[in-house]
Order: sequence, then C-alpha cells, then structure tokens
Amino acid sequence: MSLSHFLSMGGYAMFVWPAYAITLVVLVGNVMAARASHRRALAEARRRLGMGELAG
Amino acid sequence: MSASAFTAGRLVLERDLRLAMRRWSHVGDPLVFFLIVTTLFPLGLSPELSRLRDVAPGALWVAALLSSLLAADSLLKSDAQDGTLEQYVLCGQPLTWLLLAKTTAHWLLSGLPLVLISPLVAIALGVPAHALTIVVSSLLLGTLTLSLLGSIGAALTVGLRRGGLLLSLLVLPLAMPLLIFGARAIELAIAAEPVAGPLYLLAALFVLALTLAPLTAAAAVRISIE
Amino acid sequence: MWTWLHKFASPPHFYRLAGLLAPWFGWSAFILIVGALYGGLVLAPPDYQQGDAFRIIYVHAPSAWMSLFIYVVMASSAAIGLIWRIKLAHAVAASCAPVGASFTFAALATGALWGQPMWGTWWVWDARLTSELILLFLYLGYIALRSSIDDLQRADRASAVLAIVGVVNVPIIHYSVVWWNTLHQPATVTKMAAPSISTSMLIPLLVMILGFTLCFVALLLVRVRGEVLRRERSAGWIREVMA
Repeated sequence: MSLSHFLSMGGYAMFVWPAYAITLVVLVGNVMAARASHRRALAEARRRLGMGELAG
Repeated sequence: MSASAFTAGRLVLERDLRLAMRRWSHVGDPLVFFLIVTTLFPLGLSPELSRLRDVAPGALWVAALLSSLLAADSLLKSDAQDGTLEQYVLCGQPLTWLLLAKTTAHWLLSGLPLVLISPLVAIALGVPAHALTIVVSSLLLGTLTLSLLGSIGAALTVGLRRGGLLLSLLVLPLAMPLLIFGARAIELAIAAEPVAGPLYLLAALFVLALTLAPLTAAAAVRISIE
Repeated sequence: MWTWLHKFASPPHFYRLAGLLAPWFGWSAFILIVGALYGGLVLAPPDYQQGDAFRIIYVHAPSAWMSLFIYVVMASSAAIGLIWRIKLAHAVAASCAPVGASFTFAALATGALWGQPMWGTWWVWDARLTSELILLFLYLGYIALRSSIDDLQRADRASAVLAIVGVVNVPIIHYSVVWWNTLHQPATVTKMAAPSISTSMLIPLLVMILGFTLCFVALLLVRVRGEVLRRERSAGWIREVMA
C-alpha cells in the first residue's frame, strides 16, 4: 500500500482517521486517568495517615 | 404471608392515602403535569390532528414517564425525614411488603389518575376512538411498572441532595423498553393492527417489576438507612 | 486454592501483586494494539463494498466489545462485593465504571464516523447504536450515584444494587431496541457459522480485541490499587507502602 493511499484511506480519510484519533485519545486518556486516580489515592492515604485517621 | 404482615401492609397503604388526602391540593400535581406536558406537543409541533396522531403514542408515553418520575421522589422522602422509614425497617414486618404497600398507594395517587384521564387526552391528540382501550390498558400496565421502577430509584437516592434529578437519571434508562413497547402498542392500535405482541411484553415487564422491584427497593432502603 | 484466593483478596497482597502485574499487562497490550494497527491499516486489503472505510471496524468493534464486557465485570464484582461483603470486589466495580463509559463513548463516536460513509447519516436510531447509547446512560447513572453518596461504604453498596438492576435490564433493553428497529449489519464475528469476514481482515480484529482486553486489565489493576487504599481503615500496611 502506497503512503498516499494509506493517508487518504481510499477517500475515506475524514472518517477513518478521526475514528482512530478518538480511540487513541480514549486509550491514552484512560491510562493517564488511571495513574492520576492512583496518585490521588496515595496522597489521600498519606494525609489520613498523618491525621491519625487510620487505626493501628 | 402472615396475617399480621398483611395487616401491616394494609395499614401502611391507608396511612399513605390518608396523609396524601390531608394535603389534597397537591394530590393533583402529577395529573396536572401530565396534562401540561401533553399540551406542549400540539403547541410545539402542530395543531393539526392528523399530524398529532402520528406523535400521540410517543407524546402520551413520554408525558406519563416524566410525570411518574417527578412523583417518584416523594415516595420515601417524607418518611425518611420524619424517621418513619427507619421504623419500617426495624418493625419486624417484611420491608418488601411494606414498600409494595407504599408503592401501591403512590400509584393510586399519581398513576391511576393519568390512566383515567388518558382517553380524553388521547382524543385531544387525534387518537381515533377504536384505539382508546389500548391507550388505557397500555398506560395502566405502564404506570404500574413505572411506580415500581420509581420505588427502586427512590430507595437508592433517599436522603441525597438533589436526589430527585439523580432518580430520573437512574430510572429513565430502565424505563426505555416500557416506552418502546407502550408507544408501539398505541401506534398499532391506531392503525387497527393486532396489538398482542407489545401488550404481552408490557404485561411481562409489569410482572417482572412486581416480583423484583419491592425486593430490590427493600435492599436499597436498608443500605440507605443504616 | 481457597487460601490462595483469600490471600489475593487481602488488600496488602493485592496491592503488591497488582503493582507487579500491571506493567506486564500494559506493555503486552501496547504490543498487541500496535501489531493489530499494522495488520488492520496496512496489511488487510480494502473491502469489496466499503473500501477502506471498513477499517474503522478495528477501533469500533473492540470498543463496543469492551463497553459490554466491562459492564458485566462491573456488575459481577458489584454483586460479589454486596453478597460476600468483599471490599476488593467493590473496588473493582468502582474502577470499571469510568473505563467502561469511555469505551462506550468511543464505540458511539467511531460508530457514527462509520455510519456516515456507509449509511449517509451521522446518527441513526438503529438497534445497536441506540442500545449502546442507553448503556452509556447506565454507566453515567452509576457514576452519578457513586459520586452523590459521601460515605464510601454506602456508595459501594447502593451502586452495587444499581449495577445489578442495570445488568438485569441490559438484555431487556437490547432486545426491546432490536425489536424496535434494526439497520445495523449482522454480527461479523460471533455467528455460529464461519464469520462473514476474510481471515486477513479477521486476524487484526481479534488481536486488537485481545489487546484492548489486556489494556483494560492493566487499567483495572492500577485503578483498583488506588481504590483499595481509599477503603483501607488500618494504618499498618499502608505505612509500609509509603516507606
């Protein structure tokens, strides 16, 4: 497959590439959000530990 | 089902009806809402009955749906606020049965009026006379099921701020099959085609809700109360 | 085996194990997805009828599959958490929701982009699109209920009830919508007979679906670690984690 054919997707480029872009954003966004969520939970746990909210 | 449980249920039903009658000026709220919403369709679309006839099934059902959702919020609210709900949980009678009694009272006040007025509204929307029995029967099954679904939503959101809006968000997706079958039944009736299919499906949904909703609502109430 | 499972469900062990496993799942997913992209965008020939537009299937079908699969995982773990009162199960359910909702959105968006060249319209109320939209509403309702309840334990249990009610409704919603209207093409992969799609087109699709699934597992492991921390009441093992 030639590069120009690849980029134009046989004329359907304006549908195919946004679809792939959206999916990429969803995947990458999920990764970032998951890690952010974990980081927030760590910070919260640290805070609760410091405040003596946790037993033991 | 023991005799005392049945009596408890009956007492809860009577209590709810009696309390509602004390504030009888508000009893008509769901009905008025239903009438107003159905009026919006001719105003927004077209006053021509032939055009209204096409949207009448959907309009009737959407209005009934919205009216039910609005009313559902009040099912448990006042009981939760004054501690009666806690008493129901603790009293030793089956909570499922008590909630079913409450839901029945609620339907008598908010669902049944819609069913009774629906022939008039349907005619106003251009529905031919031969379809009116189906209008009434489909809305009868539908409002019963909606009250039951509403009890689940109410139980999950009792005591939450802005619980009413959240209740609608939770119950609406569950009510979509009802809307599909109910509107379809009226549509078929208007076209004088057999309506057995959608009507049976509506009945099936009602039976499913009747058996499962009070149980689910009871579990949700226990979770919300403790 | 039960002692092993029980150990696994204990928060500190899960936390450690998940931390070790997540990168493996993540990188495996990455490799599979990149491979599937190459297979689907470059190697697979254009479709006879749809030309190169059919390649959207490689992002649309896996997204749709994930949206349904994740919902089932969410409802199952919610039920397990509710019945056996296992906090880890509630943590899993909570973690599923945002991921599932995002894949549902992706399925809808990519579906619309596929619909326009194929059907001539961005949106159409056919059975699959409509029930997928309703699935999105179910996810959003679950997330909304969770965020409205301050007490984490009550939120866990109330949303578990909602998830179970939702999953009972999914087949009802699906079949009611199918009965109501059908325009979407029949299933290409899951038919009992040979799938109506050629092998060179099918392989990248299956690889992509596997890649998405492994990605979901990795995401879940990361998120559940955080959720487990949030639900922890005693300080002991958390202190060790911090150190």
